[in-house]
Amino acid sequence: MFDSFLQNILNALQWGSFYSLIALGYTLVYGVLRLINFAHGDIVMVGAYIAFFISSLLLGQYGMPAFLPGWAVLALTIPLTMFFTSVVGVTLERVAYRPLRRKGANRLYVVITALMAGLILENGNLLVLGASRKKFPELIEKVVYKFGSVYVTNLKIGVILTAILSFIGLHFIITRTKVGMAMRAISYDKFAVPLMGIPIDTVIVFTFILGSSMAGLAGILFALSYPILDPYMGMSIGWKAFIAAVVGGIGDIRGAFAGGFILGIIEIMVVAFFPSSYRDLIAFSILLLILTIRPTGLFGVAQTTKI
Amino acid sequence: MKKLLPLLLALICSLMMIDSGLAADTIKIGFNIPLTGEIPKVGESSKYAAEMLLADINGQGGLQVGDKKYKLEFVYEDNESKAESAVAVAQKLIDRDKVLAIIGPNSSKQAVPAGEICDLNETVMISPWSTNPDTTRDRPFVFRAAFLDPFQGPVAVDFAMAQFKAKTAAVLYALANDYSKGLAEIFKADFEKKNGSGSVVAFESYGDKDQDFSAQLTQIIAAKPDFIFLPNNYNEVALTVKQAHDLGWKGPFMGSDAWGSAELMNLCGDDCIGSFFSTHYAAAGAQGATKAFIDRYQAKYGYVPDDVAALTWDATRLVLQAIQESGKLSGNLRADRKAIREALANIKSFAGITGDMKLDAQGDPIKCAVVVRINEKGEFVFTKSVCP
Repeated sequence: MFDSFLQNILNALQWGSFYSLIALGYTLVYGVLRLINFAHGDIVMVGAYIAFFISSLLLGQYGMPAFLPGWAVLALTIPLTMFFTSVVGVTLERVAYRPLRRKGANRLYVVITALMAGLILENGNLLVLGASRKKFPELIEKVVYKFGSVYVTNLKIGVILTAILSFIGLHFIITRTKVGMAMRAISYDKFAVPLMGIPIDTVIVFTFILGSSMAGLAGILFALSYPILDPYMGMSIGWKAFIAAVVGGIGDIRGAFAGGFILGIIEIMVVAFFPSSYRDLIAFSILLLILTIRPTGLFGVAQTTKI
Repeated sequence: MKKLLPLLLALICSLMMIDSGLAADTIKIGFNIPLTGEIPKVGESSKYAAEMLLADINGQGGLQVGDKKYKLEFVYEDNESKAESAVAVAQKLIDRDKVLAIIGPNSSKQAVPAGEICDLNETVMISPWSTNPDTTRDRPFVFRAAFLDPFQGPVAVDFAMAQFKAKTAAVLYALANDYSKGLAEIFKADFEKKNGSGSVVAFESYGDKDQDFSAQLTQIIAAKPDFIFLPNNYNEVALTVKQAHDLGWKGPFMGSDAWGSAELMNLCGDDCIGSFFSTHYAAAGAQGATKAFIDRYQAKYGYVPDDVAALTWDATRLVLQAIQESGKLSGNLRADRKAIREALANIKSFAGITGDMKLDAQGDPIKCAVVVRINEKGEFVFTKSVCP
């Protein structure tokens, strides 16, 4: 019983890591723009597909000679995927959100636009690549470690460490750098900041770069852990990560990080102690309870500086 | 303008008459299949098999019904592997495309609700792949070409007890999938009947679009079953089997006919090797008409046809045989649809490529199941045949 409890803690940490990474992207954009970027889950999907094509290319799938071992392919795929995914995120901001912001549209319309952008990404992918699933290549040799009767793979450890390191990195950028200070300032007062000579669009683009590269990273790790890609893979995890961000207190990256792990732990532990058919029912009832007690989320404070 | 109206109406009427006049020489059959969504490969297989049959028959000048030859026209509609879309597609095929009969949907998830629509509209529907009893139950117009879960469940139980010497079992199923849930419950009831209550040591489920099954698998592995039964779609199977191995599971897996897609080994890779599943036919080592079908399909589309392709072939041929046996087509759609239903119910025997069968009073075929093993080359090798 204790062994399977430990095993479930590890499972929960891995699953929570994905929620955390994705929730970080939601919360960054929300913190600066007050925009719920509902396309974020689908940007994760795009990230997974970009990783698929880059790694297939480097592995010699499309006529290019394969000269790199798997780990080197992975080491190259991660930064390249983060780069290309942030290009997608920034493009989305340019063509979909910025024109609306310029016209001073109500935030509601921007959120609807984000929803539509997500659908466009899903169905665009379906149209271009077809409906059949893609199998993500195994880039690193899977090693299963055994401690007593607890099993853990090298990938699982990697996922958990990456989530923690990305959070520390983001936290550093936001609290210790100039651009981070600008992000916090915009979140505090969107109208006064440009008057101080801070280029607001540049900061917003930077926010999208950060958020989307987190989505790209989540996409690669997700594809490595669950190596079957389909155009709708980002939808359900995206929604749930958004809920995690809200429970943590949207706009605060500590909240997103904690919220992701809380959701992961609740989901896994409900299965461990109750019949698994009640999982979502019980898990989301607990989240509802948390929000009833603290409507602004765990780290959120009503209408103060966010991020 | 007022004077023009009757003229316009007359024109429309005459156009419609021309239209129905043309339609008299062709027979329209609708296909309600999942070309996108959860299981696109299933839709593709169905479509490819149907295209092959269509080319065969139209190549011979059409289908001989009575003393007249009719050209066939197949209408493929995508149900996106969703229950609600399958219902809409069935309605559209019946009302707008005015098809004579419908093939599909394939999964029980869509076939159960779509069957309701076809039965209410008195249009023959034949599902190639659905194995849930509810699809055809008390629906005179709904038939199928696959065996049923109450038959498949005990096949899996008996095979596992003989092959793995299993005394205990664990089940992981998809809660939102009628097929998976139904089969899991039948399996559990039958296994516990034969091994005493409590012999199914873990009975876990997961939700729609889930990708992480680690918590459920941890529970299952902690219960130490002799094998794990996975009555799930091939895409979920690929993930489940991998994650079970990551969590230290070394025992066998037993699956059901939803495993039998051409895409399974592509997605699952080496992890699925050595597993067994019950299915409709075994491609490796087939003979006669079955082998001819497999060879032609492989030559044309580049891969070994899965059981959905074979069952679609059989289902479509069943309908065509029924049309022929109905004698002649009157051109009155309602009457023709009824006549085809009668003919289909009265088919004495049918030699399909998935085995000989005849349809019982409920519209279900009486036929054999096979259990296959996934060998080192990823082929589905015949292991055992179980007949009712």
